Amino acid sequence: MTWVGQRVARKEDLPLVTGTGTYVPDFNLPGTLEVAFVRSPLAHARILNIDTAEALSAEGVVAIYTGPDIRDQVHALVLDQEAAPPGLETAAPEIHPATIEILADAEVRHVGQAVAAVVADSRYHAEDAAELVRIDYDELRAALDPEQARLPGAPIVFDNVPNNVQARYRIRVGDADAALDGAEHRLAMKIRSQRVMAAPMETRGVLASTVGEETTVWSSTQIPWAVRNSIAGAIGVPQRQIRVQIPHMGGGFGQKVNVYPEEVLVTYISRVLHRPVRWVEDRVENMIASGHARDQLHNVEAAFDSEGHITAIRDRFVLDSGVACPYPLSSAYNVASHFRSMYRIANFSIDAECVLTHKMFNLPYRGAGRPEAAFVMDRVINAVAQELSLDPAEVIMRNLIADEEQPYRMGMPYRDGHEVVYDASGFPAAFERLLELIGYAEHRRTQAQLRAQGVHRGIGLGTYVEGTGVGPFESGQVHVDAQGHVVVYSGCAPHGQGLDTTMSQVVADAFGITPEEVVFRAGDTALLPYGVGTFASRSVVTAGAAIIESSNRLLKRIKAIAGEMLEMAPEDLEVGAGRVRVRGVPSRGVSFKEVYRAASPGPGARLPEGMDPGTSESFYWVPPTVTWGFGVVGAVVDVDPETGVVDVRKVVMLHDCGRVINPLIVEGQIEGGLVQGIGATLYEHVIYDESGQPRATTFLDYLLPTSAEVPEIVQEHLEGTPSERNPLGVKGVGESGPISPPAAIANAIIDALSPLKIQLNELPLSPATVVAAIERAGAEGPLHPTGVKIGFPASNQSGGFLR
Amino acid sequence: MKPAPFEYHAPTDLGEAVRLLAALGEHGRLLAGGQSLMPMLNLRLARPEAIVDLNRITALAYHRLDDETLVIGALCRQREIERDQEVLARCAAIADAIPLIGHIGIRNRGTVVGSLAHADPSAEWPVLAVLLDATLEVEGVAGRRSIAAQDFFKGLFATDLRPGELVVEARFPLPPAGAGSAFIEVARRHGDFALGAAAAVVELAADGSVTAARLALGGFDSVPVRATPDPAAAAADVHPVDDVHAPAGYRRKLAETLARRALHLAEQRARKAGR
Ligand SMILES: Cc1cc2nc3c(=O)[nH]c(=O)nc-3n(C[C@H](O)[C@H](O)[C@H](O)COP(=O)(O)OP(=O)(O)OC[C@H]3O[C@@H](n4cnc5c(N)ncnc54)[C@H](O)[C@@H]3O)c2cc1C
Repeated sequence: MTWVGQRVARKEDLPLVTGTGTYVPDFNLPGTLEVAFVRSPLAHARILNIDTAEALSAEGVVAIYTGPDIRDQVHALVLDQEAAPPGLETAAPEIHPATIEILADAEVRHVGQAVAAVVADSRYHAEDAAELVRIDYDELRAALDPEQARLPGAPIVFDNVPNNVQARYRIRVGDADAALDGAEHRLAMKIRSQRVMAAPMETRGVLASTVGEETTVWSSTQIPWAVRNSIAGAIGVPQRQIRVQIPHMGGGFGQKVNVYPEEVLVTYISRVLHRPVRWVEDRVENMIASGHARDQLHNVEAAFDSEGHITAIRDRFVLDSGVACPYPLSSAYNVASHFRSMYRIANFSIDAECVLTHKMFNLPYRGAGRPEAAFVMDRVINAVAQELSLDPAEVIMRNLIADEEQPYRMGMPYRDGHEVVYDASGFPAAFERLLELIGYAEHRRTQAQLRAQGVHRGIGLGTYVEGTGVGPFESGQVHVDAQGHVVVYSGCAPHGQGLDTTMSQVVADAFGITPEEVVFRAGDTALLPYGVGTFASRSVVTAGAAIIESSNRLLKRIKAIAGEMLEMAPEDLEVGAGRVRVRGVPSRGVSFKEVYRAASPGPGARLPEGMDPGTSESFYWVPPTVTWGFGVVGAVVDVDPETGVVDVRKVVMLHDCGRVINPLIVEGQIEGGLVQGIGATLYEHVIYDESGQPRATTFLDYLLPTSAEVPEIVQEHLEGTPSERNPLGVKGVGESGPISPPAAIANAIIDALSPLKIQLNELPLSPATVVAAIERAGAEGPLHPTGVKIGFPASNQSGGFLR
Repeated sequence: MKPAPFEYHAPTDLGEAVRLLAALGEHGRLLAGGQSLMPMLNLRLARPEAIVDLNRITALAYHRLDDETLVIGALCRQREIERDQEVLARCAAIADAIPLIGHIGIRNRGTVVGSLAHADPSAEWPVLAVLLDATLEVEGVAGRRSIAAQDFFKGLFATDLRPGELVVEARFPLPPAGAGSAFIEVARRHGDFALGAAAAVVELAADGSVTAARLALGGFDSVPVRATPDPAAAAADVHPVDDVHAPAGYRRKLAETLARRALHLAEQRARKAGR
């Protein structure tokens, strides 16, 4: 292994950091028309009338489309991409497909839903004209609280979804009810992960250009094949007349893992008008009309003994789906399969419902159910410690699955239908190492003293597991071209992850060349007949496996051909430096270029008996099931108890992602993920008011962490357990960063104020939330009822003026 | 997110700008650093028929210390003040406040006067203006007038400016030598508009007793407020409301906390200066 494991600098970054990349808005096709949408200002209303006359006569306008205009030509999206697979019967899943209208036909169902599309010669003119479209609405009562929305009498979002419950499932492992009934101790908590959004740096965007019968669609999407198939289905054309390509892309994080109405409509308009047509989402649209995420309310109970061993968990939660939950298994079922994390909890019961409301739809966002589950689980562990006056670290340690118990069976299926069996171990050692790296013992010694000086410092801990590399399959193809280059086609395309470099390292080792010499191509439905996409910490696991298997097949093929040329047995040949060489006689060999020529069809071919021409091999990797990464996270915070301001000083994370192909890239993934986790913990919140109006529609109110909010980050890779579930031994890592910060930071704040025994069970932890929690804990002013003094910096020394 | 159509004028001297503004009346809008106006245009929250761009009137790009007064021209960027060590040394409250305003890129473009004219109640410069009893020199076709800061701010994004008037310069009398001053705030993130801000000036007699104290609070009302220089009393001077970042109750308590800390810090600095 020359390249795998090395900190190879990313080879794809030059255009990305010099402004020479090509994103959807950068294309310059002559005659391109631009689209602006008229969007619903109301959460729920009947459309009485749409008048486009004035807008149609405005400067630069070419066409306007409304729901009724396209009713017979373009079908709504009916997404059943996550129907339950065999093996999931024990979870009793009930899943209704998600309906997503292209343009509202008779009713609008959330603020931001597209009602009309204005097509003009520029976005400026399109926006000017969009203001002139007159729409009369009859406002209807909206379903906004998911707990209410599932009750009889609530406004119904879609008639085919009774009681607004689009999906539900339940899991029973052991007997949680009995364990809770007979428990020594028990607690109950209500825990909320708020609605957030991925907020990728690049918003969505789509450009469609039609030449003859084929439309090429450039879209900022994570799933090109599904987008192609959905567009073709919705507008009724053969799939192969639609080619979806992903140009450079500025992030997705799950927000672009769904097909959207705009992709369908822009393609349709291009085919009707025979012009290139583009829509680039602006930031306000992204905030109200691109998928939101999380938004789960848990009612959890735990049974535990007086040593802090948790004997049972019983949880019931609702996921506020908005108008659709297109991925109920990823968004909601992941919660169940990741809930118990690294802990041995024999009795587990969970009931989940995905409830429709009149808000934007809910998609799996980086972590997809895992951050929500980890927040509940590690808040529970912390509350158990608080209840028993034990050190939280001690309680975590007592519940960790021991190495002897691995491979641990969780007694329930994963969302792919296979039983959850961890292929990881070393949980206690990792946790001990975390305590050491973060200085836990030292903190315990000095905390009281710091507090006396007015510094309220806390350490909070969290753990997670992550099933990675989910199927159903992924594709790869490796090819030697006429110039002797090794070309890789991947079903997973990057949108910032560094996949080009990572895959090139793998292939470079296989062919004895450098990563620079590998040509990586991805994100184009014309390159490969089948493909899935980049999401769910899956690319290196699934596409990586497909690519290494394709490489091995191709090596066998080119050695056979070279053997024919050199009159040698293939076993006596090896590859290196772009050549196939005789083992031990490196001067004797043929170049890849010569092999290509010999493998080409025609009279010049020199192929072994019975072999078809060509120097390409492909492979479709179908994972046996997911492979399990895990990690432990600690946060150090200082809290100002008077203002509620939290200063995250440091985050330490240790993780196992199996074999690390490129540590530099893995560290970048973790760092970015941790920062998104910090954002979801302290700052971010998609707020809807009581009339269903979104209240955070710009970055003035939707607060993303900036570089100024990034604390010191310490990471360590645990290479304890390479996966045996794929040929590279890898586990996914892309989503691991954001899973644990909510729990770790909340627990750290609680630790900083430990004499007050506060509870923080609702995100985000804004200063006002922290102050409210302190007030709820009954602390009157600076004096806790037990008499422990919480000092306030810069307030306890009095000057002459200040008495 | 594209602005509605507007005419664009770029005068090169003040007289021309004043004439243009007078002709345009309420249909004209000045553009200084654009850090507040451009987002409002793009969101179509502001829809002026014409923009009068001040950026070519380079004669307004100045600031200077006139004895005890900091004089800031309409085109002086916030960053210019931030880089003037003499000004910072003369008034700690200003030195404290500027780094809290957005980020360097924003302060490179954003002007001090633009911030005053924009009249965001959470913005730092308006709080400083109210604290330091600044005056704004205003010009229109009818001539010049001066407006005291406390009279200038009329409400949320509303000022005493009449259609056709522009602020030519702002004059900040600095605290006397030996006084201490401070500016502190709580914001959700670094560089955000404050949930609440407090600024104070404290002056001491030779024997160390407090002879004068001033306190200004921002972010709690629709305008920055000159409050009683006593924490508990100051909190009663403000009338916060709920918003997405914090409820009113939190802000009321915050007013008291920040008032106490700002007064305390100003006093500490005055004691240090006196020693
Ligand atoms: C991301 C971001 C964060 C920010 N954070 C903060 C912050 O924390 N604190 C803060 O105080 N500010 C903040 N700002 C605002 C910034 O300081 C602005 O620059 C400032 O408020 C306005 O100054 P400007 O020169 O950009 O004015 P412009 O945006 O050009 O104009 C603002 C308004 O003032 C009017 N105006 C400008 N000059 C004059 C004049 N001479 N006479 C009359 N009217 C005039 C304009 O017509 C307009 O209505 C932030 C801005 C951004 C983009």
